[in-house]
Amino acid sequence: MATKKIFIIPAFIFFLVYYFMLPVLVGYAPHFMSIKVWGNVNLAYLFALSQFFMAWTIAGLYVRAGDDFDEISKDIIEKALEHENSQGAK
Amino acid sequence: MSVPLLMFLVFIAITLGITYWASKRSSGSSAYFAAGRQIRSWQNGVAVAGDYMSAASFLGIAGIIAFQGYDGFMFSVGWLVAYLTVLLVIAEPLRNAGKYTMADVLAYRLKPRPVRAMASLSTLTVSTFYMIAQMVGAGALVALLLKGSGISYHTAVIGVGVLMIVYVVFGGMLATTWVQIIKAILLMAGTLLLSILVMSHFHFSFAAFFDAIGHVTYHEKGQEVVKDFLQPGLRYKPPYGPLELISLGLALIFGTAGLPHILVRFYTVPDARTARHSVVWAMALIGSFYIMTTFLGFGAATIVGRDFIATHGGTNMSAPLLAQALAGDIFFAFICAIAFATILAVVAGLTISASTSFAHDFWTNVIHRGEERKPGEEVRVARISAFVVGAIAMAIAIMLGPTANVAFLVALAFAVAASANLPVIVLSIFWRRFNTAGAVAGLGVGLIASIGLILVSPSLMAIDPPTVTGAARHLIQAKAWFPLENPGILSIPLGFLGAILGTMLSHEPTSTHKFNELLVRSNTGLGAEKALAKH
Repeated sequence: MATKKIFIIPAFIFFLVYYFMLPVLVGYAPHFMSIKVWGNVNLAYLFALSQFFMAWTIAGLYVRAGDDFDEISKDIIEKALEHENSQGAK
Repeated sequence: MSVPLLMFLVFIAITLGITYWASKRSSGSSAYFAAGRQIRSWQNGVAVAGDYMSAASFLGIAGIIAFQGYDGFMFSVGWLVAYLTVLLVIAEPLRNAGKYTMADVLAYRLKPRPVRAMASLSTLTVSTFYMIAQMVGAGALVALLLKGSGISYHTAVIGVGVLMIVYVVFGGMLATTWVQIIKAILLMAGTLLLSILVMSHFHFSFAAFFDAIGHVTYHEKGQEVVKDFLQPGLRYKPPYGPLELISLGLALIFGTAGLPHILVRFYTVPDARTARHSVVWAMALIGSFYIMTTFLGFGAATIVGRDFIATHGGTNMSAPLLAQALAGDIFFAFICAIAFATILAVVAGLTISASTSFAHDFWTNVIHRGEERKPGEEVRVARISAFVVGAIAMAIAIMLGPTANVAFLVALAFAVAASANLPVIVLSIFWRRFNTAGAVAGLGVGLIASIGLILVSPSLMAIDPPTVTGAARHLIQAKAWFPLENPGILSIPLGFLGAILGTMLSHEPTSTHKFNELLVRSNTGLGAEKALAKH
């Protein structure tokens, strides 16, 4: 469970900060966000678009990590059940 | 018979066929409420996407981007990113610890009757408000889409209402799931096709496309204006615009993970691992869809133009009119049929979550203290309440009429979900000391704060010029007391505060004791509800 938290808490905080930077910057620094990067495409649009890839990346990493947690917890359950059974037999 | 009507009828025939098939397999509570927990991860992922992407996102977002440019795209971003909260915090513990509703998780370690009663109240509030918003939208839309077939607003509302009741009453969760899957596939196909057509209009040159967005021409107050639609600030203007954006973001990020009709979907899969994988499936679809709103919205702004849309049905018609401009009447009909399917799938999801909560939480566990007096009673009560909830939503939608200002109801649903449901779910999973008084206080404060703040917000309080008449007028003719349309920035902290203060001011040793049990179960799935065996 502790290993699970090691992933979830930083990931959650990172995504909150990254996401709320968008409305804060768009709201309070509209001129900065209007800087054109490529043709007419500005920073505001690119940053918004990057949010989608940020979300997908975190989701992908979490699914990978999550499947490992499943293995660990399955192990723990099996061991606990074995322990119980052996005690019951005595 | 018009082509759109024909396509509507084809969709209705297919979904009724599915309902008939599902009705023969939906016996028993777990089968009816949770599709026997046999839904696969990709199926559930697609169904979550179908449950979530309402007409507000398909027609509404395309319209807001077409009219107000970049600011509309901000909704698109929030609607996807919110799924990280669902994925990281909610989906797995919910699946492991609960049975049919979010209240199951709370009742696991808290006193069941008070928390279930409050959770059921908040679920019914969110679902009913959201449903009324969808029904009014559906009625106006169907009447508009099928203009010329002689279908009025009333007929449209009744048609949508009757269909959703039939899906839920006879087909239960299994039929609802498949209606949502078909709708999601149709929606993705339609959006993809529309996006490709938009790009082919610009000869597949992104430079030309974004260049065109740079100078969108339309008329405002009789004067021609040219605006860069990629520039932020067309919708959210100072002084309150920036705060409104943040408040909207908060409501989306924390509200999505508290929407009852999304939460119930995680009970339909066999285990937490499948729940996790299904969120990723949903995120892939939802994300691709919302990125494509770039083409839908900006495409409508540049190719069709704001002036034309305003005189041909208004903002909500942006996507269908774009389809008509690019590929003619048949494609227009196809996009209209998708919009119709979208509405039906969402209202069916809302109906089943509301009726499950009433039957399982309120009827069985609050009134009858957790005992089914006769086998099958819970399912029967759910069927009756699905009928009643649907009928109430239909009646209110007809009373309000097609011109009613209902957009605030969606904001309200997200605000209640974020301020009442989410704090108590999170605290009951993660906070050892959390107790019943805290849960009841959190749900109560979150619910009252959201409703109260919306009542005094500019959505309901404003001074209309005398030219505005009837249901389109604001409810309270005075200057708004609270300046934001989205109360999240204030109501979410209030919900958490209520929950924390309620806990601090009372003692309940058993809830602390049972916390360890919940912690183990929600993390490992030990003792979680099993899937029904395949027949």
